[in-house]
Amino acid sequence: MNGQASAGDLILQVEHLSMKFGGLVAIGDLSFQAKRGEITALIGPNGAGKTTVFNCITGFYKPTEGMITLSRGDGSTYLLERLPNHEIPARAKVARTFQNIRLFSGMTLLENLLVAQHNKLMKASGYTLLGLFGFPSYRQASAESIDLARHWLEKADLVDRADDPAGDLPYGAQRRLEIARAMCTGPELLCLDEPAAGLNPKESASLNQLLMDIKDNTGTSILLIEHDMSVVMQISDHVVVLEYGRKISDGNPQSVRTDPRVIAAYLGVDDEEVETVLTEVGDEDVIEQLDTGPDSEHGPGSSSSFLAGPVTDTIGHSEGERVTVSKGASKAAQVDARKPAVKPKPAAKKSTSPAKPAAKSSTAKPRGGRK
Amino acid sequence: MAVTASPERDIVVPPMQRAFREALYAGAIALGLFVLFIGLRTDQNISNELILVQRWGLLALVVILTAVGRFLYVAYAQPFLASLKVADVATGLLPESMATRFFRIPYLFAAIIIAVALLALAGSLDGLLGPDLAGYARFLRALAIIYAVASVMFYFRSFIHDHFSALGVSALALYPVVVVLTLALYSGSVAGGFQGSLKWVDNFGIQILIYVMLAWGLNIVIGLAGLLDLGYVAFYAVGAYAYALLGTHFGLSFWILLPAAGCMAAFWGVMLGFPVLRLRGDYLAIVTLAFGEIIRLVLINWREVTNGSAGVSGIPKVSFFGLISFNVSDPNYIAKVLNIATSSAYYKIFLYYLILGLCLLTAFVTIRLRRLPVGRAWEALREDEIACRSLGINTTTTKLTAFATGAMFGGFAGSFFAARQGFVSPESFVFLESAIVLAIVVLGGMGSLPGIAVAALVMIGGTEALRELDFLKRIFGPDFTPELYRMLLFGMAMVIVMLWKPRGFVGSREPTAFLKKRKAVSGSFTKEGHG
Repeated sequence: MNGQASAGDLILQVEHLSMKFGGLVAIGDLSFQAKRGEITALIGPNGAGKTTVFNCITGFYKPTEGMITLSRGDGSTYLLERLPNHEIPARAKVARTFQNIRLFSGMTLLENLLVAQHNKLMKASGYTLLGLFGFPSYRQASAESIDLARHWLEKADLVDRADDPAGDLPYGAQRRLEIARAMCTGPELLCLDEPAAGLNPKESASLNQLLMDIKDNTGTSILLIEHDMSVVMQISDHVVVLEYGRKISDGNPQSVRTDPRVIAAYLGVDDEEVETVLTEVGDEDVIEQLDTGPDSEHGPGSSSSFLAGPVTDTIGHSEGERVTVSKGASKAAQVDARKPAVKPKPAAKKSTSPAKPAAKSSTAKPRGGRK
Repeated sequence: MAVTASPERDIVVPPMQRAFREALYAGAIALGLFVLFIGLRTDQNISNELILVQRWGLLALVVILTAVGRFLYVAYAQPFLASLKVADVATGLLPESMATRFFRIPYLFAAIIIAVALLALAGSLDGLLGPDLAGYARFLRALAIIYAVASVMFYFRSFIHDHFSALGVSALALYPVVVVLTLALYSGSVAGGFQGSLKWVDNFGIQILIYVMLAWGLNIVIGLAGLLDLGYVAFYAVGAYAYALLGTHFGLSFWILLPAAGCMAAFWGVMLGFPVLRLRGDYLAIVTLAFGEIIRLVLINWREVTNGSAGVSGIPKVSFFGLISFNVSDPNYIAKVLNIATSSAYYKIFLYYLILGLCLLTAFVTIRLRRLPVGRAWEALREDEIACRSLGINTTTTKLTAFATGAMFGGFAGSFFAARQGFVSPESFVFLESAIVLAIVVLGGMGSLPGIAVAALVMIGGTEALRELDFLKRIFGPDFTPELYRMLLFGMAMVIVMLWKPRGFVGSREPTAFLKKRKAVSGSFTKEGHG
């Protein structure tokens, strides 16, 4: 599916990534690419598997199948699915933030940013031995690390509160601090999990500014999960839309915005429009069915639309990212078979992966088919 | 306390009536609680039969005291406190106004006069007052001295707070000198001063400092890395037996075996660390507790090596780097080298400075490590392990280094303990020791070195001080041994401190780096770790 972009300007290639939790397929055969120096947004309705993708990329989950290739600026490539968790930030230079902020709340802002420079400082301190005896090389490295921390505190507009505990910050500032902390690891790819969640419009705007600044001045590529479409549409260069762990659209913000499947999935339209689209795509029965609640056999009978109400995770799991997807070929075939029944969508610019047609039938129909 | 000050006061019953009612309730509760504890007692009679002793008088006394106490508290103390608004409703802390009321210059003078007068009369107290009253007089003297010291500390509290470490270290360094000089003046001879100092230097000084060192070592594991280790005494045992066995069998010097014992304990720290890396919280606590028991049972049962429960005796004394020995028979015995009178106190004073040095080493290393990446990683691990991994910190090695470093200091303390006692047996390394060290760490405030040192002073010093309260035997009868109540003291101190300061004596955390100004981090932000 790939091959049109040369490997040089790609920083991240996700190929045929699948993540299964028991019988649940959270991500099914997902492939996408992120270009160096761009902001790539990963969007999708609740439970689409976005955070699972992040957890696979950053090593918190080991994917069931697939390959995640990261190419660093110096030409070295890393297969992220094979690296241990902590080596992904250390060696492959991938940093991340968390959906529910994970700061070291009892440490000051400055200390938070110094912890992020652990590996660099560890080497400088001779794995503690030189540092213990106060060697000058460590002192110098320590001073440099404080300068870097100050730099990022200034960028995040937090330098006045550098000596306060991180837990004392307001929510928006905590978000910015978490980004600053991730940047202190010197990443080439920065993965942000819903950085704008819970921010007011003003904070959201300053976040956009910070992200654009990072993109323009550090050359760090950004991969971002976001629900706030104002953020996504304003700053991202490339958008990948997930639904039920499958990619349903991929392209620049404008093309994604106009992609009917994405609209149908949920993007930025009001409820009435969604309804219209759904009615167009499927039928009233399907919509009705969607609202009936979880499928007893496969867990959440969730739909991509907001109309379906909250996705109930009937199979307990902490991440809430589980989705029932077809079990094996028969289901996929079923979905494929249904495709002609659904109004076929004009294939957008994206390369059509084998997974795509399955997702192509978009929101209502496949789900209806699964029931 | 604030109840009476609330607007409801108009509709509640008048204080006297309420006090009377509450006193009755308190009496009833006391009766119910103590009827089996105090009212009845099983004993053996002259022909070894089990008999039931009834102590209704004592029970009545306890119940009446409870009721009267409750009455006085509700009727007088509560309105008094409420009228003064002395208690901070939110925290329950007594504000400074209360302390200034308690510590007053005239009281201080009175206390000093009483103390000095009773000290001057010390020799003739028994003759003047008779043995009973003399006991009380000595107790009064102790109280007066404590009060005087406390008020001096209160008046200079800001100075003490600012220079706590320097003052503490110099006080510790001067302690044996002061003790010897005071006792020499008191007894009128230098030899008497040395002889009398044994109790103060050994029972108080060394004993407390051993626990300070153990607690500072455990602080690395619990206070910094947030890993709840209930088997810390195992490393203490490893260190002690390492010195005891290698010292007795191979005649190696303490100065070689001290690092060796530390390394061995660190090795066992890593051995313990590996299996428990994936455990958290309660599970970690249980496994470490089991580890401590395993080490103790091995020491008991591996008789060929450890001599079982009989222990290892005849452990060689420490020498001053081989230059000066503390064995009377040696040619380089200290008294012969320095041409002074023979006394066993020299060795104790030497040991005191040795453990003080080891403590300072522990503190130095801990303070240094906190400012190094590894120490910050420990604290970060305590705060959030997942975030650590997302920043590229290898949590496995970070946890192992915490276990190993903590264990190493436990090993140092252990080998010192063996050298000081001259005898080790598995009985010294029971779970209770781990619990005491843990209690000191929690009481002092996890992560704070001065707080932990103060907690060790209070807990261990308090226990030792109980031995001094001989006059209590006159009240409760000759078979009353106050030191048996040390666990009660521990429990009460824990409850009181945890109510008063839930984060320990020093609840705040000192940041390891600052940009503009060093501000202590309030304890409400720091986490205890996941175990």
